[in-house]
Amino acid sequence: MDIFEKLMNLDRRWVFLFLIVVCVLTYVSDFEIPVLVEPEVEAIFDFVDTLPAGSAVMIPIDYDPGSQAELHPMTYAIVEQCWRKEIKLIFSALSQNSPGMADQAIRDISDSLKVEKEYNGVVYPPREIVNGIDYCFLGYKPYPAIIILSMGQNFRLPFPLDYYGTPLDSLPMMRDIQNYDDLACVIDISGTNSTDYWISYGQGRYGFPLAIGVTGVSTAQYYPFYGSGQIFGIMGGMLGAAQYEQLADNPGLAKDGMRVQWSAHMMIIAFIVLGNVGYFVSRFRARKRERG
Amino acid sequence: MEFSTFLWTTFAAFLTLATYSFLYKDNPFYKIAEHIVTGVAAGYFAILLWHNGLVPKLWFQRLDDGDWFVLWLNSSRPWYLIPAILGILMWTRFSKKYQWVSRWPMALYIGISAGIAVPLEMSNRVNKQLYDTMADLDWANFLGQGTYAMFDTTSGLSQLLIVIGVVAALVYFFFSKAHTGVFGAAAKLGIWTLMIGFGASFGFTVMARISLFINRLQFLGGWGQEAFNASGTTPNANFTPWFQVFFWLLVALVAGYATWEIISHIKSKSVST
Repeated sequence: MDIFEKLMNLDRRWVFLFLIVVCVLTYVSDFEIPVLVEPEVEAIFDFVDTLPAGSAVMIPIDYDPGSQAELHPMTYAIVEQCWRKEIKLIFSALSQNSPGMADQAIRDISDSLKVEKEYNGVVYPPREIVNGIDYCFLGYKPYPAIIILSMGQNFRLPFPLDYYGTPLDSLPMMRDIQNYDDLACVIDISGTNSTDYWISYGQGRYGFPLAIGVTGVSTAQYYPFYGSGQIFGIMGGMLGAAQYEQLADNPGLAKDGMRVQWSAHMMIIAFIVLGNVGYFVSRFRARKRERG
Repeated sequence: MEFSTFLWTTFAAFLTLATYSFLYKDNPFYKIAEHIVTGVAAGYFAILLWHNGLVPKLWFQRLDDGDWFVLWLNSSRPWYLIPAILGILMWTRFSKKYQWVSRWPMALYIGISAGIAVPLEMSNRVNKQLYDTMADLDWANFLGQGTYAMFDTTSGLSQLLIVIGVVAALVYFFFSKAHTGVFGAAAKLGIWTLMIGFGASFGFTVMARISLFINRLQFLGGWGQEAFNASGTTPNANFTPWFQVFFWLLVALVAGYATWEIISHIKSKSVST
């Protein structure tokens, strides 16, 4: 058995092992990969960046821990940018395992706002983030399509109380907010098919500006909606999150992971090339043997 | 980090490694992790539905003045009992004799869903996409503005490629005519278009899977620093003697299983030769 035949019969566990070794070595090493920002991500950043203080944005957090690698960094970057700019946020969680993710993000980002930081040359003083004044977390309700439609009439219909059990009317920031008409935009960060519901039942029915952050697996299927203008921006997977972190000048876990992404992709490409070389050489030799 | 949190984080680190051990082969540690994840997810979802759906909507209802009432004792809103009864009727699925009754709530549910979904889905996922595909080509902006702008979805070139790709892909799925000649060439272009689309999806999927592994690396890296105090100089308060006993027992268990696996593997090899 020559090397090409061995290559064709290589136990896939060697590929896994090699990939793990490459990823771990790249992770512990310290170098940076340049991140090129795409227009569909920049559109979201620019939209949020130009909103005046006091505007309200809704961020549905519709993902579970299985998608946190790609979507949590998006949430952290956008929410911190909004709160630094004193934009009020409404969170919802329409996926069954997402309330925990939203609650964790709110607590973490609230903590990071307590220190002064400089982003893109602007110094932001420390801020205390207060529930009911800076944000409202609506929580979870089943059947996202129905919930999205009813929030278009009034947030109080599906959510008379927020996640913490406080009536919406008693939250100061919600006194002037009835439905989507009172929001600047909705930025859905989702690892489920709730994005489809936001496009069809939310933006399609009520016409508000909608942007999305989705997992890498489902990114390609939402580009047609960006082309048709039904969504004004899209962040795809960890790369989209890294691009947003770069724009926000707030490097986090996504940008930190880019060098591992790069090395893993290079290795996978190398294995694909090797596999194809092995395949074509084996086929060529087999045909040669047949001809005698 | 509090000790209890640290303990659970250590358990999470163990489950992470147990899950990845499946890459070698199915084993008891993977099974433990798999069953815990499934059980926890099912239990969490059941409790979430109970507290966010059934209790506030059916059991206790909130009045406009802020007071609560028990649904069953309030005669002013008897209509809330209708969905409750319909929900209970769903459970007749478990009886062979009465399962036909569950068709009534199912019919109502599907009817309402279809009534809401059909016009909105048609409008937003079909019509708007059709309008965008059939838009006038933007000749003035054929190559877009700026570097790589020709590949923006708004450039004329992209619009042209989309029209050609869509038509060719539709031709590929038209099986009433033989795929020969010009029609065959168009079908071939269609399959190439589809393959490029699948390739884009595959590329994004690879990125997604690697992202998951990166996240676990970041988690394990953070846990390692917390557990072994790799980056700090002060003693780690969480790394108590009891924790060390627990930790090294776990390591011994895993190492024991791995050794047993290796010995079995060597024995099976020697038997086969």
